[in-house]
Amino acid sequence: MSVVAVSETPRRSRALKNRLFVAAMLFSMLVAFGTLAVLLVDTIVTGWPAIEWKLFSDPPSTVPEEAGGRPAILATLYLGIVVLLLSVPIGVLTAIYLEEYANRERWWNRLIEVNIQNLAAVPSIVYGILGLAFIVRGIGIGRVVFAGALILTLVVLPTVVVASREAIRAVPDSIRQGAFALGATKWQVVWRQVLPASIPGIATGSILALSRAVGETAPLIMVGAVVYVPFDPTLFGAYTALPVQIYNWTKLPDPLFQTLAAAGAIVLLAIVLSMNAVAIFLRNRYRKQW
Amino acid sequence: MEAPQIDSARIAEVARGALSRGDIERRERVFTVSDLGVSYNGKPALEDVSLDVFRNTVTAFIGPSGCGKSTFIRCFNRMNDLIPGADIDGTVLYHGADLYGRSVDPVEIRRRIGMVFQKPNPFPKSIYDNIAFGPRVLGMKGDLDERVEGALRQAALWDEVKDRLKDGALGLSGGQQQRLCIARALAVEPDVILMDEPASALDPISTTRIEDLMHELKREYTIVIVTHNMQQAARVADMTAFFSVVVDEDGSARRGVLVEYDTTTKIFTTPSDKRTEDYVTGRFG
Repeated sequence: MSVVAVSETPRRSRALKNRLFVAAMLFSMLVAFGTLAVLLVDTIVTGWPAIEWKLFSDPPSTVPEEAGGRPAILATLYLGIVVLLLSVPIGVLTAIYLEEYANRERWWNRLIEVNIQNLAAVPSIVYGILGLAFIVRGIGIGRVVFAGALILTLVVLPTVVVASREAIRAVPDSIRQGAFALGATKWQVVWRQVLPASIPGIATGSILALSRAVGETAPLIMVGAVVYVPFDPTLFGAYTALPVQIYNWTKLPDPLFQTLAAAGAIVLLAIVLSMNAVAIFLRNRYRKQW
Repeated sequence: MEAPQIDSARIAEVARGALSRGDIERRERVFTVSDLGVSYNGKPALEDVSLDVFRNTVTAFIGPSGCGKSTFIRCFNRMNDLIPGADIDGTVLYHGADLYGRSVDPVEIRRRIGMVFQKPNPFPKSIYDNIAFGPRVLGMKGDLDERVEGALRQAALWDEVKDRLKDGALGLSGGQQQRLCIARALAVEPDVILMDEPASALDPISTTRIEDLMHELKREYTIVIVTHNMQQAARVADMTAFFSVVVDEDGSARRGVLVEYDTTTKIFTTPSDKRTEDYVTGRFG
């Protein structure tokens, strides 16, 4: 009897705690998803009228009815491609070195590891300043697409390295041992077994890093993505990027430019979300069970 | 207390098909191990092992967990080289040449001395590519399709997989995966095959198939096997080495030692060391 009597109150209070905790979790989730949903809906509602062919085909203009984002969209695509071509090979080779070759007993390898982790935490504007000093002015290639791509490569490189290292580490050691036991050399083990098995993880991480690069604004403003570019960009020519163009439109007084800014944001979101979708697809498609 | 009984069924099992001592010792010595010791980061794991492995025989290493038998088998193809901190002293002669000599390339050693692991470890590729990997990395000449078929036939897997060579190897059952790993080792035409508890992760039927396979394979290859399972050693091995664990007086360090090495018949019927007798009669371990 007494056992039941004693346990009655705590049970009710425990059940209450349980419900409170679930409510707190739901609320937290709502904050995150609700914000995202409001942003998305608001952007789409505002920008939808300006989503028309003109946006993709015409250069910017001081007259909002004639303004488009073609140079900015093209430059963003160029930036994305160059960043991908630069950051993936460098990032993957660094990851292979650190995971498969580096001897952790050596201080310089530990230094590199710590450095890469720190670099991932450096604000992107700092990379912008660095790029302005060493790439735009130092090497003297000027405010061109390629310079912007170099800076963005530096921004995403630590992320690519970390993601690639995780993918390489996820390959079980039994695979390496099996290959070594057949008389394969270290190079053959890495190149023919470890790397192919880690490609899905590397691809996923690289795409996510790239989608970050495409959305970056701060370092690009620093290295001079010029705001008014009425012509198609070239690799070594002046340019503006989509986020910079959006930022500029929001500053203009005519409300029609606000609509254009929202439309630009929709395009940028579409690019980034479709890249993330590819990453998720790759991850699910090639998920390995060892 | 009863006297230790050696079960007569086991004697019959051992006697079947076992080679006599004289028969074995007339064969060429593939490995001659003298005073071998292995330590990890300065801590000895195995000490003072000396034994010979004879050509076209199955040699089994048995003993309780932690006795160093797996460490020992990995000395034969220099897999311990891959473990940082592993240190080996003593000598291992392979057909009379020092396996740990300065001019010896461990990669070349592993080509000639194949290994099958405790847990089947097929590559995450097709069945065909698993077998073809070795010949490809070694740049072996000749028809690859024939080589793949030959290896799968030798490993008694061909009939089960011939219609799905392009399918992923990870879709095979555990027993099939292990035979695939044996086929993969055979495809590079090794001289010796080392098997580190090859059947410990398998069901009894798959185990029987692997054991039958060992009887077949010893005609062409020299086989060294580590096993937890004494019946398995009795069924497949011509020679058996019993390892045990020695604990320091203060209980701080444990290391493996070789207690007795002899024909399987002798080890399982009339062992000369008390510790071997206790182990094979099931009193210990």
